[in-house]
Amino acid sequence: MPEEIGKGMTKADIVEHIYERVGFSKKESADLVETVFAVIKETLSSGQKVKISGFGNFVVREKNARKGRNPQTGEEILLQARRVLTFKPSLVLKNILNDEQSPE
Amino acid sequence: MGDELEQETEDGASKAITKSGLIEKVAGRTPHISKKDTEVVVNTIFDSMTEALKEGRRIEIRGFGSFQVKIREAREGRNPKTGEEVHIPDKRTPFFKVGKELKEMVDSSFAAEASEGSGE
Repeated sequence: MPEEIGKGMTKADIVEHIYERVGFSKKESADLVETVFAVIKETLSSGQKVKISGFGNFVVREKNARKGRNPQTGEEILLQARRVLTFKPSLVLKNILNDEQSPE
Repeated sequence: MGDELEQETEDGASKAITKSGLIEKVAGRTPHISKKDTEVVVNTIFDSMTEALKEGRRIEIRGFGSFQVKIREAREGRNPKTGEEVHIPDKRTPFFKVGKELKEMVDSSFAAEASEGSGE
């Protein structure tokens, strides 16, 4: 089933690609895609980075506790130390997006 | 994003997995599927995501996050050395926004560690 250009891609579309290009059943394709994202999520939750060459790096960063302010009330608050996830796109991906742009 | 002090949690590459490490882990959970096939699946996932972004489409992976391409408009700039005017074309950059579930998973594992062993 062709996907509409301009429409967002979802996990279901990725499953469809696996089904069409790799030849697993829909059920297997769906299970595999779920497993891949589950493994990435668990790895990141354990504090490890996930580096996908040609795509980008998912990196967990620790933010120190700091004083902040409630922008509505101006009240000072203490923001707890926390862990956040960032994505650094690979140069390869950035180049792909900027080369051969179709004229619009 | 703010100017908060931040540091990477890890001191080196040992605390990272690469695509081949990801393939290994996935293969470990899917013993009925060959490692070669697992590799094709992982590659196909990222290839199809790359294609979608190239078409300017947004990607939404529920429970994980979303990817979107932002465009910085073309503008006329100046070469700071020569003063010469230069045309700076559109620049497309992918952005990732972490999903609620993953955001909480990443942060709560930290909170759990902090409350367990602060004595180190």
